[in-house]
Amino acid sequence: MTTTSLNHSGTGRTLRRERRDWRGWAFVAPFMIVFLAMIIAPVLYALWLSLFRDQLIGGNAFVGLENYADALKDSKFWESLWRVTLFLVVQVPIMLALALVAALALDSARLNGKSFFRIAIFLPYAVPGVVAALIWGFMYGDQFGLTASINDLLGSHIVKPFSSSWILPSIGNIVTWEFMGYNMLIFYAALKVIPTELYEAAEIDGAGQLRIIASIKIPALRGALVITTIFSIIGSFQLFNEPNLLKSLAPNVITSYFTPNMYAYNLSFAGQQFNYAATIAIVMGVITAVIAYIVQSRGSRTEDF
Amino acid sequence: MTTLTRSAAPVVVKPGATKRSRRPRRRRSVVLMIMMIVFTVYSVFPLLWLIINATKSQASLFSSFGLWFGDGFDLFSNIAQTFSYDNGIFLHWFGNTLLYVVFGAGGATLLATVAGYGLAKYRFPGRRAVFAVVLGAVAIPGTALAVPTFLMFSSIGLTNTPWAVILPSLISPFGLYLIWVFATDAVPSELLEAARMDGASEFRTFFTISLRLLGPGIVTVLLLTIVATWNNYFLPLIMLSDPTWYPLTVGLGQWSAQASGVGAQPIFNLVITGSLMTIVPIVIAFLFLQRYWQSGLAAGSVKQ
Repeated sequence: MTTTSLNHSGTGRTLRRERRDWRGWAFVAPFMIVFLAMIIAPVLYALWLSLFRDQLIGGNAFVGLENYADALKDSKFWESLWRVTLFLVVQVPIMLALALVAALALDSARLNGKSFFRIAIFLPYAVPGVVAALIWGFMYGDQFGLTASINDLLGSHIVKPFSSSWILPSIGNIVTWEFMGYNMLIFYAALKVIPTELYEAAEIDGAGQLRIIASIKIPALRGALVITTIFSIIGSFQLFNEPNLLKSLAPNVITSYFTPNMYAYNLSFAGQQFNYAATIAIVMGVITAVIAYIVQSRGSRTEDF
Repeated sequence: MTTLTRSAAPVVVKPGATKRSRRPRRRRSVVLMIMMIVFTVYSVFPLLWLIINATKSQASLFSSFGLWFGDGFDLFSNIAQTFSYDNGIFLHWFGNTLLYVVFGAGGATLLATVAGYGLAKYRFPGRRAVFAVVLGAVAIPGTALAVPTFLMFSSIGLTNTPWAVILPSLISPFGLYLIWVFATDAVPSELLEAARMDGASEFRTFFTISLRLLGPGIVTVLLLTIVATWNNYFLPLIMLSDPTWYPLTVGLGQWSAQASGVGAQPIFNLVITGSLMTIVPIVIAFLFLQRYWQSGLAAGSVKQ
């Protein structure tokens, strides 16, 4: 039965090609309707909101691009943007480098107990960001955390995770803890599909392990590196959960405009400045998209070699 | 010398030629082992800290060393207190999280599966545009959407209802992408043609044949969306003001914030025990379904 219909399939396909085939839309339409309502509509609404302002006289009035002009002059916004950029430039390379090293180790034939290590290192990804921030927040604390024990051991008050100079590394550590294993798995998955023949050929040519890593494995990871870098950039610019939860532990260090996201949140829910909050959100969205695009195009351009 | 290695090489490589055991002759590396143990300790010790400290009463938390057990074993009394505190609000939050996960992650998986399949198996006008728009949306920061979505929902009276959390969770561009990649290979077009020849409608074919073939991909997407909704914090924080609709994450955040400020009422032991109970179900799901999330991540990272 199957064979006969398979024989017919060739003719059936050519017949259908001639008409325009709209049947696919029946499958895609439900997703697209929700997508338009939940993604496109809010974006358009945010653009619309950003053009207005609540004024003491005259109520809600059209102000054109004034909100954007204000945002560009807003030192709080720039301070928060500078902070997440600094965070991004330091934390993301460290996290990705650690993840890369772990993935290369997992891929090495010289390691035992791989599946155990893989699961154990990936486990933090399953922990909600809120719980991760709470756990680390407790451990950082000098009431019953580990910081107190360490400082006792050292006999001085050196480790101060909540001081203004330590707070960014403290948050960076939490984020690294949460996502190192996730990135490791993405790298590891990309390493697994390298054909073994390549290694064999390299060995015949007398290449050592480090040479194989540099010449075969790292180039093969370029796509995975681009994806993880883009995801990490988006994540850094959206930083909210960790600082917002640590705020109650370090209220003097973490301000209401610590990250752009916290700023937009506090503008709208503490200050009722929805129009300006929408403007900040759009500016951040544009910056994120532009940087993600640059990383993506540069990452794939070098692939042409 | 070159000739020597050249001639020796094939002899050495031969045992490694079978694909499974790549270079089995190599010695195990102690350095690698130590390095991975360091990584593992870093990843696991905060969870150990959580488990150990969930067994301590509030007083014992302050008096004992962080990484070892305290005077008494109060895990069960902590659990009982967590459930009974504030008229059992924790159980309420647990139920809410389940509600958001079942409808949010379930709905997102359903929509992504049907649409991803449609994109993979049909050539229809506008298909490329759908792709471009949906994949472009991945780069939109969720928070750029949060405030306008809140205002939209607020004007139609949806804030402070479960809908406010469920509806935005229904879209998973990454899930759609995974199913598309998966369906391209897993569902042979010949099979669909055969079903058509036998007179089955497109939807009947989808539900009786394709859905079964898509099984592993669907489980992967389900797992990823479950994690995303279970761990969701920012969206419900914005949308909900009534604590009886909070999910676990927002509830725990509120319990934690209760320790500082005016009229502080610290309940550290309940925050810790509640955190532990929040992660236990999701960690168990991860361990049992690891085959799926690994293949899913693999598919997602390779086909870019």
